[in-house]
Amino acid sequence: MLNNILESIPQVAIDGLTLGTVYAVIALGYTMVYGILELINFAHGEIFMTGAFIGTAMLLLLTGFGWVSALPAIVLLITVLLLTALLTGLLGMGIERVAYRPLRNAPKLIPLITAIGISFLLQDLVRFIAELKKGNYIVTGPSLFTHQIKIHTSSISSIFNDASIKTSFIIVLVSAVIMMVVLDFFVNKTRWGMAMRAVAQDRDTASLMSVNVNKVISLTFFIGSALGGATGVLFAVQYGTIDPYIGFILGLKAFTAAVLGGIGNIRGAMLGGLLLGVMEMFASANLSLLTGGVFGAEYKDVFAFIVLIAVLIFKPEGLLGKPVAEKV
Amino acid sequence: MKIWLRKYSENKLYQGLFLLLFIMVTSLSLYLAQKSVVAFLLLLTSLLLLYYTKFSNAIKWSAGLLVLVVLLPLSASGGDAYESYMEVATMVGIYISMALGLNIVVGMAGLLDLGFVAFFAVGAYTYGIFATGQAANFMPFGHYPLSGNSFWVFILLGCFAAALFGIILGIPVLRVKGDYLAIVTLGFGEIIRIIFNNLDKPVNITGGAMGIPSITPPRIFGIDLVNASQFYYVVLVILIFTIFTVRRFEHSKIGRSWKAVRENEIAAQAMGVPLVRTKLVAFAVGASFSGMMGVVFAGKQTFVDPTSFTLLESITILVMVILGGMGSVPGVILGAAVMTILNLQVLTELTNWLNELSTSGTFVIPDAVSPAKMQRLLFGALLIIFALYRPKGLIPAKNPVYKMEDLSSGNVIQLTEKKQSAEG
Repeated sequence: MLNNILESIPQVAIDGLTLGTVYAVIALGYTMVYGILELINFAHGEIFMTGAFIGTAMLLLLTGFGWVSALPAIVLLITVLLLTALLTGLLGMGIERVAYRPLRNAPKLIPLITAIGISFLLQDLVRFIAELKKGNYIVTGPSLFTHQIKIHTSSISSIFNDASIKTSFIIVLVSAVIMMVVLDFFVNKTRWGMAMRAVAQDRDTASLMSVNVNKVISLTFFIGSALGGATGVLFAVQYGTIDPYIGFILGLKAFTAAVLGGIGNIRGAMLGGLLLGVMEMFASANLSLLTGGVFGAEYKDVFAFIVLIAVLIFKPEGLLGKPVAEKV
Repeated sequence: MKIWLRKYSENKLYQGLFLLLFIMVTSLSLYLAQKSVVAFLLLLTSLLLLYYTKFSNAIKWSAGLLVLVVLLPLSASGGDAYESYMEVATMVGIYISMALGLNIVVGMAGLLDLGFVAFFAVGAYTYGIFATGQAANFMPFGHYPLSGNSFWVFILLGCFAAALFGIILGIPVLRVKGDYLAIVTLGFGEIIRIIFNNLDKPVNITGGAMGIPSITPPRIFGIDLVNASQFYYVVLVILIFTIFTVRRFEHSKIGRSWKAVRENEIAAQAMGVPLVRTKLVAFAVGASFSGMMGVVFAGKQTFVDPTSFTLLESITILVMVILGGMGSVPGVILGAAVMTILNLQVLTELTNWLNELSTSGTFVIPDAVSPAKMQRLLFGALLIIFALYRPKGLIPAKNPVYKMEDLSSGNVIQLTEKKQSAEG
């Protein structure tokens, strides 16, 4: 049994990393908004989904033109990524303006309810635009980067099996890493980043120090949503098929990742995402083996939720967060 | 006009006459024009009008019961649409009961629960498993399926099972607050659904994604209950019990503790409200109504499967509570009735109408935008609009108000009693 598990480890690690980077970048959106407003932006998963649809639509549209297919696919992808990021960023800003800003001083329950409302609204809007245009809300994008690469992990040690990766995996990984590094630089080294951290620490004092709080919050939503939308495109490229309901469960898992790393902590979100991705892939590959067939891969969602509940109960500040005493 | 309105709002006789006329006209038109959904809805609206009249509670209750027990079934019974009207009325009752349960958790205790349908599922499966051969797969003793007579015991068992699950959920989530609580309960709801969806192996308990078919219908005095018109009365009895219980809870010590915890947890704790017990009781009581209705639902549908218990259902119940007014019992009843009728009748009628229009060629509506599919859009929009512009809902919750003079003159007890009887 141990041998079987070891054999599959290279493949599990690669799949887990792919999924983990997706989680990590989405988790960034949750964690940034939470850090600054102490609000769980429930609609973030739907922004990711909208990004996936916008990106796929653009890719389908652009690959239809003859002259575009002459361009290298990577140029096409980068254009689409940037455009989608811009659009979803604006969408995020709009959502904040309409649904969260008027409620900033309301009881905490109320913005959460509008967030759920927004996420349902987006799901259905995307569904019927997709259904109107394509006749079906499950959309398959153009297949780019499907070249398979075999890694001979068996040459490292004979207990491993060979693993195979798609070219898109490398693209997902590289773009996600670039996004995270740029974000980390932005937040920690620039003036706007400093303003963001200031608002996260104390909104009132920051506004006294001539920080434009509303602008900073808008910016936070823009960046978080742009990252989420771009990840949506990457997800569509990597996994091919998308539907309007992917955002919800994925968003929930990304939130789990953010909590696992310590919510409000940007590096924590990255770590949490990668960890959760790898753990989930490991669970879905080996759960039935470990439990003698009683539980199978269908319980991998349950697994993620159990991680969430366990973290919230035993270490609510997460792996990298600092415990905060409650203000009375 | 204004004078007339004022006179009307002050004079009981006018109100009574108008209401009587209204009820008679609507029930007659429902009896004569069987296809008229409008008449059916108007007859239900009379209950709302009744709520706003100035009669004493006893009169209101007996008039309401008269309409629900006698008039509604009688005037709907004239034609083929009888069972479908009763089906809607039964579902309204089931949802009102669940919404009242969620109202305790969200509205009174302030704990946002996004996985509430899980308790409904627990109730439904409790009866489903034992009223079919399913239980024989893992129970070494007893003969299954149980007879329909056991249904009445199972209403209680479903209630207890759901309350137990409420406590099981409650214990781990007590340490998390606010938004985290929402996420954890959502996760819990999904976990329950996934488990029910996959529990067909290693031992087949829930039938997995196939669900449990042909559940034994309930039996009373040798009669099998199979029609919606029969279940209507079962639901009505449980519903009245629920409303009564919720009212009693609201004005009891535990009800006041819930509200205290909702307003400020720390202050409540400092005043000696036991946090853990208060929250757990809220979860258990809220869940138990759901569990009871779950049993009824299983008996009525004679079929349960995991697709009836998705997140959309939980959100629907939440919309009912928000729409009606968090913490307000009459509001939640109104909200649940409006949402259920919207869902089951108005949207389907609209869809049928649009389909007829497009088949007759007046104009073509693409299938993607048919109203029956727009539930999510509609619920989402309702949640946003109500949260932004009317966070207290259609009928806001009322708290008893005390005047300073009355308090100092010492007749507080009388005053509160009067208040309560006026409200409850």
